[in-house]
Amino acid sequence: MPIQVLMPALSPTMEKGNLAKWLKKEGETIKSGDVIAEIETDKATMEVEATDEGTLGKILIPEGTADVAVNTPIATILADGESAADLAKAPAPAAKAAESAPPAAAKAEAPAPKAAPAPQAVAEPDPEVPAGTEMVTQTIREALRDAMAEEMRRDADVFVMGEEVAEYQGAYKVTQGLLQEFGAKRVIDTPITEHGFAGVGVGAAMTGLKPIVEFMTFNFAMQAIDQIINSAAKTLYMSGGQMGCSIVFRGPNGAAARVAAQHSQDYSAWYSNIPGLKVVAPFSAADYKGLLKAAIRDPNPVIFLENEVLYGHTGEVPKLDDFIIPIGKARIVRSGSHVTIISWSNGMTYALKAADELAKEGIEAEVIDLRTLRPMDTETIINSVKKTGRAVTVEEGWAQSGVGAEIAARIMENAFDYLDAPVARVSGKDVPMPYAANLEKLALPSAAEVVEAAKAVCYR
Amino acid sequence: MAAPKKAAAGAAQDKTDGASPPEFTREQELKALREMLLIRRFEEKAGQLYGMGAIGGFCHLYIGQEAVVVGMQMALKEGDQVITGYRDHGHMLATGMDANGVMAELTGRRGGYSKGKGGSMHMFSKEKHFYGGHGIVGAQVSLGTGLAFANHYRGNGNVSVTYFGDGAANQGQVYESFNMAELWKLPVIYVIENNRYAMGTSVSRASAQQDFSKRGVSFNIPGKQVDGMDVRAVKAAGEEAAAWCRAGKGPFILEMQTYRYRGHSMSDPAKYRTREEVEKVRHDQDPIEQVRNRLLAAKVSEADLKAIDAEVRDIVNASADFAQHDPEPDAAELWTDVYR
Repeated sequence: MPIQVLMPALSPTMEKGNLAKWLKKEGETIKSGDVIAEIETDKATMEVEATDEGTLGKILIPEGTADVAVNTPIATILADGESAADLAKAPAPAAKAAESAPPAAAKAEAPAPKAAPAPQAVAEPDPEVPAGTEMVTQTIREALRDAMAEEMRRDADVFVMGEEVAEYQGAYKVTQGLLQEFGAKRVIDTPITEHGFAGVGVGAAMTGLKPIVEFMTFNFAMQAIDQIINSAAKTLYMSGGQMGCSIVFRGPNGAAARVAAQHSQDYSAWYSNIPGLKVVAPFSAADYKGLLKAAIRDPNPVIFLENEVLYGHTGEVPKLDDFIIPIGKARIVRSGSHVTIISWSNGMTYALKAADELAKEGIEAEVIDLRTLRPMDTETIINSVKKTGRAVTVEEGWAQSGVGAEIAARIMENAFDYLDAPVARVSGKDVPMPYAANLEKLALPSAAEVVEAAKAVCYR
Repeated sequence: MAAPKKAAAGAAQDKTDGASPPEFTREQELKALREMLLIRRFEEKAGQLYGMGAIGGFCHLYIGQEAVVVGMQMALKEGDQVITGYRDHGHMLATGMDANGVMAELTGRRGGYSKGKGGSMHMFSKEKHFYGGHGIVGAQVSLGTGLAFANHYRGNGNVSVTYFGDGAANQGQVYESFNMAELWKLPVIYVIENNRYAMGTSVSRASAQQDFSKRGVSFNIPGKQVDGMDVRAVKAAGEEAAAWCRAGKGPFILEMQTYRYRGHSMSDPAKYRTREEVEKVRHDQDPIEQVRNRLLAAKVSEADLKAIDAEVRDIVNASADFAQHDPEPDAAELWTDVYR
């Protein structure tokens, strides 16, 4: 029976890609290991090698096709003795994809948001964007890169350092093109040495330079957390205001997809515990850009928590010369009167989806994107809770001593008399992140859990 | 305990070339004497104030090691940065920081360099290019490498002098920093102050490679062992290292063989070494007595030397007076300087 070649997943978070080029023609002989095609993702161009031998029977997806979903059949290979007439015997594409690639199929059901770009779900206009501003559609990855490039053009003291930021163009391609524009002096590949280069960045910042230190993931920043907290966060205070540190530590935080416990931790609560640090964790592409620019200009150390799952997501970014979102301001992205849902970063995916579901049942949720965790915009939360009388927090991190716990405490301290129900928390489960697709899905929050919590606080 | 015992500081030798270091001019000898005396008298006074309860927390005295920082400062030029660990009072005074401000920080008063919010281990002076004062052992090595990174980035010709002890030399980030400094040819002098004890653990009980000048070998960083009790040897080595850095050749390691007379901190029971060991170094190798003896041999009068003693004592007494009478920080200071 002819063998189907499926669109491969080239990274844990890849959902689709472009079929850039076929390197074999129909009728050509294929040996195992031959490069048969080139696939482009938003991160990289990769070669597809044949794992089966035979003759390239039929190309199902022509070169130049964009957005081919992972596991779509892209070609058929005929085994020895088979001919074009046998092509009809190939199994139906959908069935084949489903049975042959359970991990990827499971990933398609994973809680990671699909294509829904954040701003589409946004009911409220962003007060930071003047009415009538032209918008451009960008991925979050591009928004981050543009923010860095704009600030590097503006200020020669800004530079970026980290593992694979320069020649490799970024492990997640966030720094793509920066080396070409700014050169190796300002886009610096470091050895794999988080503790050391975090300290080097802080030392450089003490002299007035403005480093952007990229961690390949915040999981690796645990090696460097002494320099982040003891040196970056505390020196201004310990020096009586003399010696500050304008530095951004940025990189993906929290769960990606199927990378298990050591690569999936959410550090929101850890860093938001520390006076002297500012902590930012945006969700929309526009906020990623505007807040990263604000972080780079901020005279204090800023922890900028990104989310790998969101990197490829697109959103509308204002076309403004200097688009800055102030640190410390939450945003009401959907207004409602029955319950307040508070989240940030990828937690917003569940929050917004849940709000849609709740609306179908007549519950109008007000959704707040916190955007900054420290300093926390308590006022926006409290004003909303005074209106709705009910609140649900949503985070991917653990509940104990989590950011949701902090929000609940602030609501209790400032709006106790307005509450019609105890604050509910939806969070990551109290376990290290498992690898298995079904368990990973269970460990993360879901829109259904948010719906359930919202109904519970509404006594419905 | 079978490990070979390191040559006592009393027998410390400059392995550079085996020859005695270049002589100082009379002016240089007098300057070195005054600077070292200032540190010693200051530290003695700090020890007294600690005993009286005027200084709290941790207090690590630099007595015995004065020639290291004084000699190094004589080898530097304006704009070169200094950064060190927690045994830092000597470095502050040597970089020209005001004794009143340092002592008032020790007593936690508003006139202290950190407005009373840093204490003994955390003081800074942008004006004097002193970048602290760091309480986490080894952290200053990455930070000091970052200062050198900034010099390299700006191309300003300055050198970062990054001090750490024989204990900190076993921290991992030291070697992460060595690697980057040599890889990027950063102008940093790593001054390892080997005072033979990391708190109470002798070098022979903590270090597989006890020749600290070799700690950069696998990174191709040159290193030298220096008699850290002889201020002339320190200055000469400092000049050589600084010239290396300024020529764009990257980092340089100086192992300063020195000795701490007092305990690790004020609460040190000193059970790990004998009184005789301490006395021998004091008697044979004291850095201040070495200079004083050379000056006397060169016919400088006792009266002139006493005048220096008196001047230094006045500065130190004034600082102690200031530090005990300056008010504590205003309560409102609790909330300032968290962010800017």
